[in-house]
Amino acid sequence: MKYKDYYSILGVDRSATTDAIKKAYRKLAHRYHPDVSEDPEGEEKFKALAEAYETLKNPEKRAAYDQLGRHQPGQDFQPPPGWGPQHGDSQFAFDDADLADLFAGFSGGRQPGGGAIRMPGQDYEVTAQISLEQAYSGTEVELNLTVPEHDAQGQLHRVPRSFKVRIPKGATDGQRLRLAGRGGKGFNGGRDGDLYLQVKLQPHTVFRVSGHDLYLDLPLAPWEAVLGATIDVPTLGGTVRLKVPPHTQAGQQLRLSGRGLPRPHGKEGDLFAIAQIVVPATATDVERGLFEQLAKESTFNPRARLQQEMNHAP
Amino acid sequence: MPPEHAEPEWLTEDHAFSLAELAELSGLSEAELRELVDYGAVTPIDPESSPWVFSGKCLLTVRTACRLRISFDLEPYGVALMVTLLERIQELETQLRALRAQTPHADR
Repeated sequence: MKYKDYYSILGVDRSATTDAIKKAYRKLAHRYHPDVSEDPEGEEKFKALAEAYETLKNPEKRAAYDQLGRHQPGQDFQPPPGWGPQHGDSQFAFDDADLADLFAGFSGGRQPGGGAIRMPGQDYEVTAQISLEQAYSGTEVELNLTVPEHDAQGQLHRVPRSFKVRIPKGATDGQRLRLAGRGGKGFNGGRDGDLYLQVKLQPHTVFRVSGHDLYLDLPLAPWEAVLGATIDVPTLGGTVRLKVPPHTQAGQQLRLSGRGLPRPHGKEGDLFAIAQIVVPATATDVERGLFEQLAKESTFNPRARLQQEMNHAP
Repeated sequence: MPPEHAEPEWLTEDHAFSLAELAELSGLSEAELRELVDYGAVTPIDPESSPWVFSGKCLLTVRTACRLRISFDLEPYGVALMVTLLERIQELETQLRALRAQTPHADR
């Protein structure tokens, strides 16, 4: 079993009072708690903090932890003979256990091999990264977890579990799914835990996602914007023809109804093509001549509104 | 061991939970959940009806509440306040993402 230095995780002395331990924990928990922290590694850090605090705040567990002696973090070690919450000949399965599993045996008066307390299984939370195309058509992801489970004797083991989860079409970024009974096994008749899956969409090179709606930038040549055009636009379901009306302004959104992401129980989101007017980086002599002619002929003043606003400014 | 196949359920407005189910699935007691309702941190689909029915999204809120209560050792009122503020932040983040999605990218 690997040693963890609970005191250094919380940044306190071995002689720290329970109050000092609580203060240290609160300060760090606030910084790393996954519900409030923006740190991408916050969750892992918080788990370590919570595990350390869970043991050190309880005098009985803290004394037992101190009896394990001092080792380097990550160093393999064995608890001294007779250590911990074993009773009679029952021995803890140390090899595949985590340090936290050892101290879980202290809680709630549960004893290995017996005890009548019903313990619900642990809930697990996992994130599945999928592509926008996978969200559009639905997909299957494989989840591999290593989870603590009680055996028939009530001893904790770390066991690998593997799931194939069908993510039905209709999921979008941040969507949560629940897999009932797929968390940790309950003990003594307690219900099995659940598995909660959070869907994360990988960024897409063409589409941006907002809920079930999609946005894409649609570049138009100046003459397409003025004269109107029928152009091919990519969608997740294949290319579609879009009629750009004459006099389309930059930033104007052209809606392609039902071409967004499907919803779980309803109609599809929409795709919005945002008009962008782009000009050629270079122009041939002929093109230049045509633009010069246009400049001479046109009475269009793009800054009319700006001039009007300035004239009325106090 | 071959992977187990699992069918998920959506946690959206279309999925409903009773108070007892929320309590069992969140780890909070029914009394604590009633307090969260009193403080406005979660709202039943129809607060006037009896028994209360909650949307699937409420399960996420009350699970967060349970985590916060345990992690920060908070009173129900503190939990309700924190959950309400966190949801406000989430709403604002959703609006921000929507605005970003609607803003043309300058480099294209």
